[in-house]
Amino acid sequence: MTYIPHTERDIAQMLEKIGVGSLDDLMQVPDAVKIRAELDIVPALPEYQLARRLSRMAAKNTAVDAISFLGAGAYRHYVPPAIGALAMRGEFLTAYTPYQAEVSQGYLQAIYEWQTYICLLTGMDIANASVYDGATALAEGAIMAINANGRKKILVSRAVDPNYRAVLKTYCDGLDITIDEVPLAADGSTDQAKLRDALAGKEYAAIAIQSPNFFGVVDGLEPGSAEAARASGTVPIAVVSEAISLAALATPASWGAQIVVGEAQSFGVAQAYGGPYVGFIASTTEHMRRIPGRLVGKSVDNRDQIAYVLTLQAREQHIRRERATSNICTNQAHCALIATIYLALLGKTGLRDVAGLNLERSRELATAVSSIPGCDLRFEAPVFNEFVVNVHQPAETVLAKLRERNILGGVALGRFYPEFADSILMTATELTTTSDITALAAALKEVVNVPARV
Amino acid sequence: MSLPQDLHYSNEHEWVKLDGDVATVGITDYAQHSLGDIVYVELPKVGKTVVQAGNVGVIESVKAVSDLFTPVGGEIVEINGALDADPSVLNREPYTDGWLFKVKGVDAAQLSSLLDAAAYEKLTAE
Amino acid sequence: MSLHASEALIFEIGEEGRANAYVETAKPLGTFLPKALLRDDLPLPDNTELDVVRHFTRLSQRTFGIDLGFYPLGSCTMKYNPRVNDQMANLPGFRDLHPYAPDELAQGALQVMYELERSLASLFGMAAFSLNPSAGAHAELAALLIAKKYFKDNGQVVRDKVIVPDTAHGTNPASAAMCGFKVISIPSDARGRVDVELLKKAVGPDTAVCMMTNPNTLGLFEDHVHEITAAVHAAGGLMYYDGANGNAIMGNVRPGDMGFDLMHLNTHKTFTIPHGGGGAGHGPVGVAAHLVDYLPTPVVRAVPKPDADPKLAPSDQLTFSLDFDRPKSIGPMRSFWSNFAHAVRALAYIYANGAEGLKKVSQLAVLNANYIRVGIRDVIETPYDEICRHEFVASAQELKKATGVRALDIAKALLDKGYMAPTIYFPLIVPECLMIEPTETESKETLDTFIAALREIIATAKSDPQAIMDAPVNTVVGRVDETRAARQPDLRWHPPSTN
Repeated sequence: MTYIPHTERDIAQMLEKIGVGSLDDLMQVPDAVKIRAELDIVPALPEYQLARRLSRMAAKNTAVDAISFLGAGAYRHYVPPAIGALAMRGEFLTAYTPYQAEVSQGYLQAIYEWQTYICLLTGMDIANASVYDGATALAEGAIMAINANGRKKILVSRAVDPNYRAVLKTYCDGLDITIDEVPLAADGSTDQAKLRDALAGKEYAAIAIQSPNFFGVVDGLEPGSAEAARASGTVPIAVVSEAISLAALATPASWGAQIVVGEAQSFGVAQAYGGPYVGFIASTTEHMRRIPGRLVGKSVDNRDQIAYVLTLQAREQHIRRERATSNICTNQAHCALIATIYLALLGKTGLRDVAGLNLERSRELATAVSSIPGCDLRFEAPVFNEFVVNVHQPAETVLAKLRERNILGGVALGRFYPEFADSILMTATELTTTSDITALAAALKEVVNVPARV
Repeated sequence: MSLPQDLHYSNEHEWVKLDGDVATVGITDYAQHSLGDIVYVELPKVGKTVVQAGNVGVIESVKAVSDLFTPVGGEIVEINGALDADPSVLNREPYTDGWLFKVKGVDAAQLSSLLDAAAYEKLTAE
Repeated sequence: MSLHASEALIFEIGEEGRANAYVETAKPLGTFLPKALLRDDLPLPDNTELDVVRHFTRLSQRTFGIDLGFYPLGSCTMKYNPRVNDQMANLPGFRDLHPYAPDELAQGALQVMYELERSLASLFGMAAFSLNPSAGAHAELAALLIAKKYFKDNGQVVRDKVIVPDTAHGTNPASAAMCGFKVISIPSDARGRVDVELLKKAVGPDTAVCMMTNPNTLGLFEDHVHEITAAVHAAGGLMYYDGANGNAIMGNVRPGDMGFDLMHLNTHKTFTIPHGGGGAGHGPVGVAAHLVDYLPTPVVRAVPKPDADPKLAPSDQLTFSLDFDRPKSIGPMRSFWSNFAHAVRALAYIYANGAEGLKKVSQLAVLNANYIRVGIRDVIETPYDEICRHEFVASAQELKKATGVRALDIAKALLDKGYMAPTIYFPLIVPECLMIEPTETESKETLDTFIAALREIIATAKSDPQAIMDAPVNTVVGRVDETRAARQPDLRWHPPSTN
């Protein structure tokens, strides 16, 4: 039997010691609940066949062989092999949550380092040990704000990732919280005047704004908007879905965020068709007791040595139950470890280079694409590593034709923004090559051909 | 277990000292001892109106959370800010430096539903 | 280098410019963006790859995992994590697949999700699962949101109570509160089961959901479960199965057959996904037929390929797509579709075992738990001393009265002997509780040595209690001052002041 050490002799001896006749006797249940159907499960496979079958499935995912300009919340970045070699060590991989601090010092220290990295990158005072992903980080951040000021409405920029907004809605439906949206300005950023108008009513627990926003645009709160949030008692939440941007852009703290939530997949975590990724929540000290999930603190042991331990646990569900700050239990520790190793390997110099190369390649891509007749940039505001291209015809059609040429040209915006059905969100990272860009430009020229002005 | 004779006590292990119409509230030595090392106290905001026996905050020890009830009703006029920096005062001096908050507008009639030291001692001996 | 020397923080080593050549040197950032949009400083350390490798290798050596020893952590199902599963999850076709890859170029990934979903539905007797939630608690939240929306759509907004036994995991009441439900706690009876009479009294027209773990967290099968489901259904409520203890029932009894309408699984427990130090998890949420439309989005849809070769495996004859267009759905629970890499691992485990193998897994998990129980019950109280399922509870209450040694001390003494400690002080209804779950992957020899170690600790507690109260002494640090950690929170390193 697979992964099971018991010999028939072991089983017989153990049953005898327990004092039951058979394994079936151990598993007795009332007749009323007995199993009522044959299980429809594939027959057991030996390991080599199992590997063969799954490898065949992996090979059907031919998208990985295409030239790709996909981003929109999940990014392809260089992952140094040292990350896998370290993170896949059995001690890390097969540990549980570090409840027993004495035998978990290594993992606890790594999480303390992760918390520190997130603070240094965002400019916040504290950060938690991770949440599921960027979208759930936003939902949990919004709940922190609701718990801070007791209000029942959340204000969100329409330029926040539509998936994040959808998840926020799922969570808010549970809590009977209303969500209102701030419209876009013409340049692809959040409309600051409309945002200030909305804040005047002092009814919102939080204002959530993403930078770079879903269109790649460097966004945030203008000083006047930050002041309006302060005056209204509304907690500014910054959302970050491309974490590499934190190495280049002014920190969310610098434009007034009290809570920063986001996704750290870009720090060495595989794209893996959407997960697992790693969300983070950072905040100013005043929100410390409201931050959800685990926190690692530094203390001392009974021999006066430095020692790390899970702390402020009285916030959590296993103690506070229905009054906990969140129901979160398992988080994304292993992905946070991967991200921590990534940040350690890249360092200040490497991370700045990666950020710089993302800026450079995205501009090279934008220049190439916008020089094609029938393609132009939808927005004028400065971007980080992605931007919106207006192809003046259904974007889905253009992308399908690019697909025939083995190119994934980007994400069609129509599924999220009906008014942008003719637009594509394109992304370039440090792994995007000049030949990729040349190939896309050549293909686009053929595909878009006569610009059908609408 | 220390138990001052001049205070009034609640079944929820709070003490009250009335001075005019202002009551000072804290938790008893018995309470701090059962909670263990107290690490954080969440107190009501100054200016808030509270009702007798209402839930006004929480007290956290390392691995437990207890609700904090007010034994008297009125308006919160002062809270013990020193507890934020050093909650261990609650363990060391529950009846003096470890007081929690002051309530104004308390009439003596409210005290009639509370216990005297002897009755409270009996409660904790059970 | 002694393991006892503390490891410096990554921020305390390295020198600026000691960089690794992973990418080209970039032009100054000011070339691309106005200075006002850029940050002034990036106070992160630069380290050589060698220093980073040493740092994290040393940290790993200060961490205990299943790969190092027996991990009898109750409620957590710390079984062996097969390496082939990780290798499969890391195949480039899975690892490097972007979530927005077009469906037709991601058929293999969709097939994995489809096959896992169908297998779980059959194995647990539910109509359908969604692989969307990220972990057990996340799936609980999804299930309660489904219940809330279901009642709302049926005009039953008055149903605002969730019934939870007092042995429930803390996530149950916490999840209920996140949906605005009020929590009613039902005490256990003398047999350690939900008190059915009290439960029947609590059930009424305001009951939304009754959440149960079966076997419960005492490791006991709730043998009146069919009466409970009948009572809750008669009142119009829904039954929720907390699948944290799925390892006790796989292939032997099914939540669907017990009458549950909603359930979740922790595939990171039952299906050998590595816990990774506290996640990532994977929490499929399952429903009976009347709730399928409410599952979180997206779900995988399969249609027969018109030209499929009938000799192929059934799932090879299908075409798959992600279905987002589900008007009754509660919506998505997370950024992207699933913790997909974990779906690969779980499916690999199902392939390795087949139906018979999975059934045997649960039987041997139960065998191992009972074997430890009878091996220690003469030296430590086992409050519910009957055939348990995959785990059981012991209580150090008598020992504490006699010697002062608490459950916590026993746990720490086990660390000294090279074992992970059991779960302690949970469930809350058992004083000085030790909750032991060995899992099926441990051999009789491992269990025998563990039993001997526990017996020796209890003997020492009686002869020299201080020795146990001083434990652990063989670990890199001793007991940590948790009070100090909570009173003066130090949650991060700070750069040295530049003044």
